[in-house]
Amino acid sequence: MAKSEDLSLSRRDLMAATAASAAISGAPGVAGAAPSDAPSVVEVSLEVNGQKRPLKLDTRTTLLDALREHLKLTGTKKGCDHGQCGACTVIVEGRRINSCLTLAVMHDGDKVTTIEGLGTPEKLHPLQAAFVKHDGYQCGYCTPGQICSAKAVLDEIKAGVPSHVTIDLTEDPRLTEAELRERMSGNICRCGAYSNIVEAIGDVAGGLA
Amino acid sequence: MKAFIYERARTPVEAAAAVAKDPNAKFIAGGTNLLDLMKLEIETPRRLVDVNDLKLDRIEPTRDGGLRIGALVRNTDLAADKRVRKDYAVLSRALLAGASGQLRNKATTAGNLLQRTRCPYFYDTNMPCNKRKPGAGCSAIGGFTRAHAVLGTSEACIATHPSDMAVAMRVLDAVVETVRPDGATRAIPVADFHRLPGNTPHIETALMPGELITAVTLPKPVGGEHAYHKVRDRASYAFALVSVATILRKDGSGRVALGGVAHKPWRVEAAETAMPRGAKAVAEGLLAGARTTDQNAFKLTLAERALDAAMAQARS
Repeated sequence: MAKSEDLSLSRRDLMAATAASAAISGAPGVAGAAPSDAPSVVEVSLEVNGQKRPLKLDTRTTLLDALREHLKLTGTKKGCDHGQCGACTVIVEGRRINSCLTLAVMHDGDKVTTIEGLGTPEKLHPLQAAFVKHDGYQCGYCTPGQICSAKAVLDEIKAGVPSHVTIDLTEDPRLTEAELRERMSGNICRCGAYSNIVEAIGDVAGGLA
Repeated sequence: MKAFIYERARTPVEAAAAVAKDPNAKFIAGGTNLLDLMKLEIETPRRLVDVNDLKLDRIEPTRDGGLRIGALVRNTDLAADKRVRKDYAVLSRALLAGASGQLRNKATTAGNLLQRTRCPYFYDTNMPCNKRKPGAGCSAIGGFTRAHAVLGTSEACIATHPSDMAVAMRVLDAVVETVRPDGATRAIPVADFHRLPGNTPHIETALMPGELITAVTLPKPVGGEHAYHKVRDRASYAFALVSVATILRKDGSGRVALGGVAHKPWRVEAAETAMPRGAKAVAEGLLAGARTTDQNAFKLTLAERALDAAMAQARS
């Protein structure tokens, strides 16, 4: 008799299993190619949301694919996979980056924070709660990236990092709507929830100047 | 993406040697442009030499009153540096006008100089492109050219250099410092660093195989009003149609460099003698020899007007 876990095999697990068998069936082609075409596999250890996660990865694996496909942290989303949409934004060593445009192997030992590390369904991060309160999303696909980006944006303003719309470069930037809009421009929301996203971030920051 | 071997270099010379000995090797620093191109198999290196451990991430004063910017200084850190904001504001402004916060956190000073064109025909591997395959032909010529170069073009290529930072570096007379596999170093004025396309648009810089950028040096500060006017299709996170880096002094003299109009940051020092006579007079020399299409001729008008706007702002 099948165990209940088997019956509860999620769509996500099923997709992962299908992808794995596809990779194995593709293997003979790889083996027959010239040596330089053979995948290069290396060991890398990431510290994701406070946990050490050792991995064996093809050098081509982006940080995004390491998180989603290998660590099953699917909160981080793959939108364009070319650094244009910001859905894959995570925080590495305290800085927001596009996880699709960096290799996992370049981050050996680095501290990575994903949306799963910011809050949980039981205990939302203040930004998550504010996005709910202000309707800062519709389909929600860009939201994890928006929230990781927003957290880093507030830290950047606090640290005095200027932006394109900062009027006086010799002064610390102020927390204004224009600043938030400019700094969040690397996160695209095709549902167009931008004004509510700005309100949510401003709310968490304690109001806009 | 093609498979590749990944290694981390410990010293600049070691990195240079590793890349010099393998024609299919490339340096990787921020990787924001290279990995994008590798996914599309426009770039297909078989060996990546990671230079992030080379400790080239400091901004230090030079003996003659300038600044030496390490090759690995991230765009965010360079733009936010208090000395740069105060004495080289045009550089901060140019950096902040480029890319997104996420990309600036990763992108490096050297990598920014070395980024490839965003010509859509360069990106479309189904179309001939002399940069991707020398001799294949240029699909942009006779194609959709609204964003393409109007100055210094050739029959082989009309692509633009996409960097904002490099335009500011050009107006500041920055110098690129490099090291070669044998340990020899050299200093290349940024004016000579990027090449015009000519018959070899695939050779974009003065670097030799394996030569590694270690720093970019800024001479002592140039007084005057620093500004960077970028005109683009969106208010943020878009490449320039035209950009104008200016340093303008009260007596009407000054410097100007243009972005979005050529295969390299565009500056004509001789044209700057006309600065006190206004943008139209400067544009005559700065834009001389332009070759435009019906779609991109607007860039000449736009460049002159953006310069005029910068001049008006400096006077106010």
